[in-house]
Amino acid sequence: MRDVAVIGVGMQKWGELWKKSLRDIFTESALLAIDEAGVDRIDSMYVGCMSSGLFVGQEHLGSLLADYLGVAPIPALRVESACASGGAAFRQAYFDVASGANDIVLAGGVEKMTDVDGGGATFALSTAADAEYEVYSGVTFPGLYAMVAVAHMHAYGTTREQLAEVSVKNHKNGALNPLAQYPFEVTVDQVLSSVMIADPLTILDCSPITDGAAAAILCPLDMVDDLTDNEPVKILSSAHATDSIALHSRKDLTWLSAVAKAGQIAYKSAGLTPSDIDFVEVHDCFTIAEICAIEALGFFEKGKGGTGAASGETAMGGRIPVNPSGGLKSKGHPVGATGIAQIVETVKQLRGDGGERQVEGARVGMAQNMGGTGGSCVTHILGKA
Amino acid sequence: MAGIIGYGAYVPRNRIKVEEIAKVWGADAPSYKRGLMLQEKSVPSPDQDVITMSVEATKHALARAQIDPARIGAVYVGSESHPYAVKPSGTVLAEAIGATPEVHCADFEFACKAGSEAMFVCMGLADAGSIEYGLAVGADTSQGAPSDALEYSAAAGAASFIIGRDPGVAKVIDTYAFMTDTPDFWRRSYMHYPRHAGRFTGEPAYFKHITSCANGIMEKVNMKPKDFAYVVFHQPNGKFPQRVGKMLGFTKEQIEPGWLSPTLGNTYSGSSPMGLTATLDVAKPGDMILMVSYGSGAGSDGFVFEVTGKIDEVRNVAPRTRELLDKKKYIEYGTYAKYRRKIRMGE
Amino acid sequence: MSTSAKYWRGIPQRYRLEAERCASCGMEFFPPRLVCSGCGARKFMPITLGDHGKLLTYTVIRVGPSEFCEQTPYAMGIVELEGGVRMTAQIADVDFDDLEVGMPVRIEFRKIREEGQAGILCYGYKFVPAD
Repeated sequence: MRDVAVIGVGMQKWGELWKKSLRDIFTESALLAIDEAGVDRIDSMYVGCMSSGLFVGQEHLGSLLADYLGVAPIPALRVESACASGGAAFRQAYFDVASGANDIVLAGGVEKMTDVDGGGATFALSTAADAEYEVYSGVTFPGLYAMVAVAHMHAYGTTREQLAEVSVKNHKNGALNPLAQYPFEVTVDQVLSSVMIADPLTILDCSPITDGAAAAILCPLDMVDDLTDNEPVKILSSAHATDSIALHSRKDLTWLSAVAKAGQIAYKSAGLTPSDIDFVEVHDCFTIAEICAIEALGFFEKGKGGTGAASGETAMGGRIPVNPSGGLKSKGHPVGATGIAQIVETVKQLRGDGGERQVEGARVGMAQNMGGTGGSCVTHILGKA
Repeated sequence: MAGIIGYGAYVPRNRIKVEEIAKVWGADAPSYKRGLMLQEKSVPSPDQDVITMSVEATKHALARAQIDPARIGAVYVGSESHPYAVKPSGTVLAEAIGATPEVHCADFEFACKAGSEAMFVCMGLADAGSIEYGLAVGADTSQGAPSDALEYSAAAGAASFIIGRDPGVAKVIDTYAFMTDTPDFWRRSYMHYPRHAGRFTGEPAYFKHITSCANGIMEKVNMKPKDFAYVVFHQPNGKFPQRVGKMLGFTKEQIEPGWLSPTLGNTYSGSSPMGLTATLDVAKPGDMILMVSYGSGAGSDGFVFEVTGKIDEVRNVAPRTRELLDKKKYIEYGTYAKYRRKIRMGE
Repeated sequence: MSTSAKYWRGIPQRYRLEAERCASCGMEFFPPRLVCSGCGARKFMPITLGDHGKLLTYTVIRVGPSEFCEQTPYAMGIVELEGGVRMTAQIADVDFDDLEVGMPVRIEFRKIREEGQAGILCYGYKFVPAD
């Protein structure tokens, strides 16, 4: 296996992009990544997208997007693992390069979510859960994570305020991210008093509905000097794990075992431990998800994620800054693009391009991208080359 | 003769008071309460219909009957509010209790008499030896047009009976039926609410058919009102069953146990069958029970039952009808209008 | 689009709670599957689940998917049935303030959803507070 580097990333501002179609959104970000890398060709590409079929009525994305990016007839494939689709696409691109099959590979992610109404979006997202034994009964994603939250609060005494602190912190970080959908700060009181979506989660506990894309260009580490003047970032490890997609099938409703498993594999194959990670982008689709993720990734003891989130240790300048980009909460969550956007942020931080939200001295960063209620998790560790 | 092997009822939790309905329409609640002898009525939740209530009532009946559902040879659901216009309620019920596939299913409709006719047919089949057990259900989520007098009474509930060849808990001594063409109440195809003929629904309809049927069956079995421990009539409101009972020479005490309508409302096809389940809940071995249903259009089915010693063994195996009636939550008219889909929604 | 076949296929589970027990390790599965996720065995015995259990966690859905918009708000929960099988369903006939972890519930047969004005009616299990 060859060592693999990321030599270019691209992302445009996320939000409700009424004027732009899925293909426009993707192509713009892909071109940014290609131009930033300075490459003159792409050998293959992988696009993470959860549900273009339900959101915009379009499948067969690989070919469509390769055509519109002007790179057909290269092999192009859409990759799906619910909200972990972006991370999964990046992992496929990594293997494509590492294996020697291709040299310059684009990993992208895209979701166009505002072409359906709220009920339609809620339904499309719910298909990441068990359609016949969860969704059939009327469950939603906020509902599933709300049930995780209630179980966590019951088991560990996690409080409503601790959940809110996750949102407050991520919005504070996101306020410094010009590409974020909602770059403004919120207070604990605002989170608690915002409209209830699924008790105890309010709308400010939930990541938003977002249109957006992101892209990264990968190549063999030993070809970096021939291809680009950009500072490369090395992929130290790539890990993927699965769990039952039905939340009720888990022994412990508060524990994301796929996240823990993928984290363990990622640490091991990079030869690192949680204390070696300078910052992490975690999949905070809901505030409780960040609390569970920082436990499963070993940054906090099991059950201590709530107190950890409120302790300031996950804030910028804290022991382990979590979601310097603003996370899914503030930056937005175009589901298929999220995993790639985490990579974009990680690469920027490791290059020292974090701007106002730069994690000082960042040398190793982690990106944890999860599907459903943790039925899949793709985790990457990247480091300065 | 056949007998009732097991019985059960089901009542949704929601209730609305007469005052709450009257308030919306500017009607005089005290006169409704006095005139119709109605206090409140049951209201189904949006996830409850004839099929769901039939299944739950039948679970109670099966608990009392203690039989293998696969031995049920006929499943008949009587209702005027079957959830589908075309597609049987009975097959869902049969599937849910595990009676399929060797079973005969039919949905009956005869205004408020559909439940008793399901019982009637099951008894005939059991007597004829065609089936070992039959399941007869009367259930309705009846609708009364907003502001109409029926809105104060149209309620929801179900009663279920496992009928067999043995006497079971109540032996069927005899049956009798009395029918004429009397257009007192009807609902045309595709219409949401029924129509009725006002005071014509009384004397020439309800009272004539029930008294004729009751007198007919009492003559047939050579019994008089005093020979019965209890009597159950169809209960379109609180007043009619009391009045018809008096006309026939029954006492309040004979009517009382099965007289559910003041706090239940009119459960249409479930009405007299639920009166019977409530009566069986308190009956003693040897008690004779007369039941006379009434369905507009019009007709009455009459039954004479003799309660057996088995009643004491099964009575408490499932919830009693009045226990179900006592579990309630009052809702306001707005919630009622939402639950009963009286609000026009956006597409 | 009719989902008749998909609905019909699930009737044994949705109506009658038909499940299975691994012949090798005894683990119970709802719905039935072909391979035991506990021990890898492929032989099972059919079982029917009981209808009582306790609430492990819950929520109240205020914003529902398109087909459930008219039903909101509604409570949902994960219940562990006697025997250990867990399932997700709505909790009907409950006052939201009464919801709590550990609350005893039982199963009732209810209408789950309707496929529009003209489509099939879909039934199944919901939890209700046990008395």
